Amino acid sequence: MQVPAPFEYERATSVDHAIGLLERLGSTARLIAGGHSLLPMMKLRLANFDYLIDINDLHADLGYIRPGRDEIRIGALTRHRELLESAELATAFPIFAEAERVIADPVVRNRGTLGGSLCQADPSEDLSAVCTTLDASCVIRGPGGTERVVSMEEFHVGPYETAVGDAEMLVEVRLPVRPGGGSAYEKVERRAGDWAVVSAGAAVWLDGGVISDARVGLAAVGPNTTGMPEVSAALRGQEPTESLFERAGAVAAASCDPVTDQRGSADYKRHLAAELTKRALRRAAERARS
Amino acid sequence: MTTVHERVDTFHDNDQKPVGYGRMLRKEDPRFVRGRGRYVDDVQLPGMLHLAILRSPVAHARIVGIDTSAAEASPGVKAVVTGAMLAELNLAWMPTLSNDVQAVLATDKVRFQGQEVAFVVAEDRYAARDALELIDVEYDILDPVVDARRALEPGAPVIRDDLEGKTDNHCFDWETGDEAATEAVFARADVVVTEDIVYPRVHPAPMETCGAVADFDAVDGRLRLWSTTQAPHAHRTLYAIVAGIPEHKIQVIAPDIGGGFGNKVPIYPGYVCAIVGSIVTGKPVKWMEDRSENLISTGFARDYIMRGEIAATRDGRILAIRTNVLADHGAFNGTAAPVKYPAGFFGVFTGSYDIEAAYCKMTAVYTNKAPGGVAYACSFRITEAVYLVERIVDCLADELGMDPAELRLKNFIQPEQFPYTTKTGWVYDSGDYEPTMRLAMEMAGYAELRREQEEKRARGELMGIGIAFFTEAVGAGPRKNMDILGLGMADGCELRVHPTGKAVVRLSVQSQGQGHETTFAQIVAEEIGIPPADIDVVHGDTDNTPFGLGTYGSRSTPVSGAAAALVARKVRDKARIIASGMLEVSVADLEWSKGAFHVTGDPGKSVTIQDIALRAHGAGDLPEGVEGGLEAQICYNPSNLTYPHGAYICVVDVDPGTAQVTVRRFIAVDDCGTRINPMIIEGQVHGGLTDGVGMALMEMIAFDEDGNCLGASMMDYLIPTALEVPDWETGFTVTPSPHHPIGAKGVGESATVGSPPAIVNAVVDALKPFGVRHADMPLTPSRVWDAMRGHAQPPI
Ligand SMILES: Cc1cc2nc3c(=O)[nH]c(=O)nc-3n(C[C@H](O)[C@H](O)[C@H](O)COP(=O)(O)OP(=O)(O)OC[C@H]3O[C@@H](n4cnc5c(N)ncnc54)[C@H](O)[C@@H]3O)c2cc1C
Repeated sequence: MQVPAPFEYERATSVDHAIGLLERLGSTARLIAGGHSLLPMMKLRLANFDYLIDINDLHADLGYIRPGRDEIRIGALTRHRELLESAELATAFPIFAEAERVIADPVVRNRGTLGGSLCQADPSEDLSAVCTTLDASCVIRGPGGTERVVSMEEFHVGPYETAVGDAEMLVEVRLPVRPGGGSAYEKVERRAGDWAVVSAGAAVWLDGGVISDARVGLAAVGPNTTGMPEVSAALRGQEPTESLFERAGAVAAASCDPVTDQRGSADYKRHLAAELTKRALRRAAERARS
Repeated sequence: MTTVHERVDTFHDNDQKPVGYGRMLRKEDPRFVRGRGRYVDDVQLPGMLHLAILRSPVAHARIVGIDTSAAEASPGVKAVVTGAMLAELNLAWMPTLSNDVQAVLATDKVRFQGQEVAFVVAEDRYAARDALELIDVEYDILDPVVDARRALEPGAPVIRDDLEGKTDNHCFDWETGDEAATEAVFARADVVVTEDIVYPRVHPAPMETCGAVADFDAVDGRLRLWSTTQAPHAHRTLYAIVAGIPEHKIQVIAPDIGGGFGNKVPIYPGYVCAIVGSIVTGKPVKWMEDRSENLISTGFARDYIMRGEIAATRDGRILAIRTNVLADHGAFNGTAAPVKYPAGFFGVFTGSYDIEAAYCKMTAVYTNKAPGGVAYACSFRITEAVYLVERIVDCLADELGMDPAELRLKNFIQPEQFPYTTKTGWVYDSGDYEPTMRLAMEMAGYAELRREQEEKRARGELMGIGIAFFTEAVGAGPRKNMDILGLGMADGCELRVHPTGKAVVRLSVQSQGQGHETTFAQIVAEEIGIPPADIDVVHGDTDNTPFGLGTYGSRSTPVSGAAAALVARKVRDKARIIASGMLEVSVADLEWSKGAFHVTGDPGKSVTIQDIALRAHGAGDLPEGVEGGLEAQICYNPSNLTYPHGAYICVVDVDPGTAQVTVRRFIAVDDCGTRINPMIIEGQVHGGLTDGVGMALMEMIAFDEDGNCLGASMMDYLIPTALEVPDWETGFTVTPSPHHPIGAKGVGESATVGSPPAIVNAVVDALKPFGVRHADMPLTPSRVWDAMRGHAQPPI
């Protein structure tokens, strides 16, 4: 059994309580949501914190999926499993369930949260790629109930680093809903439940048979789950054809920055960036058409 | 004689409760499925303390100094022990199972990342672990030797300078076969194929990590040790030698063990530390390693860099096989194998083929990596041997443009040639290979699969069919040439029938999940007719079982299984004499039918084994010269190894865009001789096949150039899940072993041995359109993609 270093632990009773504790304890404190990223690091003693503030009791407040006319709002404590099983989400954004099916395993999905996933800011994180693809924005709450809303690009500052300050908390993720859209997710992993070698999300919006907008989000090919403006630019205003997707894949491969590691060589990952981008776009466009 | 059976997919006869062999639910499972198993970590003793080990963060360094003062002052800490302190007790080094020595705690240098440097004993696991952070070790970093190929270069850092006069990293040389004869055959062969084949370092990764609870009583000098061991008796003897505690004062208990696969054969420094910790503190001490410790420091497997060469006639007659092996043994030669076999049973690399000559030359080296060498269900290196021969035979088939099934069928040793002496001196006891191969092909629909493959290839789809045919050598072994540190590999067994006809059988072998409590009850049941439910199987406790060498190398059924059958027969012989008294006839007039003796020609006159048991213990006279009681003890020394075989066929699909491999089908036909409990056999096969998928597609303990272990967690060291494996299709043939009392051959490792080459052969077959003839494991998508582009790389 791996055991973490000593720490103190408190269960937050409200969002403001949690933020108050964070404000008082500073950078030696951490929120714990599902704990599936935080606890392994602490048990391996790669990360040691003096205080853990458990926010799981806030699930009633922060665990929700609320479809609206222009956007879907998802609470930060919504668990992977809830995202996987949500019919509303599956209808609006099939990419979510597709990604969730290949994230970790049921044990992890029962506890792990959307907020924890985004705040962990692991470059291989799947939900970050999904949120980037869907052009999500993140609602960050600070002391005194102040709230600010940032884009995914602003949210991810670097690997394992986000725009969330020491005394702040991610409370909600907002996904804009636009007509004529389709989305899909592709992931290559060495084994079920493993982190991505590379994964790619794609969203395509069609207007009269032409791509009005398209977005691609890749994981594990750079310091962050990068949005790909170059790919969007290459796709916009074009007809959705196999050769276009092929070209978009090439643009994605050229715009990413993978490194060689145990999961695969940089060359292979670059190849996957192209291949998976193409596949995800193909399926997203099919869905947009139907 | 071989009998061929259709495969059995149902468990329908489960409920028939056989008196002997047959499908039967495992007797041990009720406690496991209810969470009532009792593992080492479940042992709680009054006043028990906890031990944690400080390990080297680097692969190679000189220890300049260790400051333990802060750790000693840490709350809850009872003792901090370093190598220097052990050296004073003459305990800093211990013998390995291969006549090398290994540091218990490093004194002079650390030689691999994860090596034991010091330990803390404290009131709880947390306090012990926290205090480790407070031990200050000053290291003088040395260049590591990571690549085995460079270990013998002049100027390479000398790892084992603890050994008198050692000036290089040479561990041992070994050869087998006839070099000159082999060369002569190669010289005249039509076709010679050479391939470099690497079997990378893998780890058994049992679900339960290693650990021990040591309880030394200073008053009566007794040591009780609960430990995760596959060989409690051998361990007890070694502790007596290492720790100087008299053997009769040591009790080693292996309770329920959560998987072994060879990982729990060696004695690890942690066990010795727990004993020392208990002696030093006067309290029971528990040490349980964590997952990372298990992966980075305990017995690994393989790490053979092989060059395989095969010579044949143009029409596909295999003439000779030759191989040159560079073996990486890590920092200490901790290989667990019979001492006269430093390369284990690698000598069976001639496979299942009747050839004219064979030769192997091996060089083993030290590197700055964890010690070990034989683990992970390998039957003492047969995994490597079978992988080599089955891979190289496929390369030959490719060269000849011949179907790999046809090539194998053409070269099999024929049934009338058994017992067959191979060109490396192994005497295969029995075998009839063709029916096994044909059954596998029939189950697979081989011809149809090849047709499907052809169509798919035409469409640019990548489908591969891989075959492996293996012969194993298990059941070590005859004591005249097989021992571990001087302990002969024979097994004791004891059987006692109680007055009411229930029985207890005491084994020297120990189960780590193989189902001994069921299989051995069935073996005894078959011989004396007492139902398995009425036979208690005791194992894993040196105070309560006879001496024997333990469970590994698939030896339980071949050796202890024979012992159990013979001890039961001995009891039956005595029962016959008692029965003759009870029925007032001579023993010659008695006939045995499972569970009862009856008078020949008068079946109505009979006594059951239960009647006899009562008489043996009861009032009334027994026949002249017969002592009371119904029990016996024997020690079985096998006259030869047993040689199970099998034919495996694997079908894979490879995604041409992502290079991902999917194992679509796997057909495994095993011949392990007499089948005791088919359900348990199938379980062993299913587990081993899953292991094979792991090794072939994802498992590898890798190191970076500084010698850092890159497989230190289950996130980095991948093992397969149910999602990576197909529904296994198993079948069997039965060729009994002629010398084993019940004809059983052992099956524990067959599937781990046979499946990796089948899977790799399938992947390579799928990649044929790209001109690929070989690609090394693990065949991760990235490595398969490299192979598709003609850049297949060795993994190390
Ligand atoms: C075996 C395993 C396999 C996995 N495989 C995958 C995979 O394939 N793909 C994948 O994407 N992920 C994978 N994960 C990660 C998993 O999805 C985690 O659940 C997720 O990354 C973190 O969510 P969590 O709720 O558990 O966060 P926690 O571990 O609780 O927290 C992670 C970090 O986020 C912070 N945090 C949490 N919530 C908030 C908040 N509301 N506001 C501010 N900060 C917050 C915490 O302080 C901490 O620093 C895997 C995890 C495991 C254990």
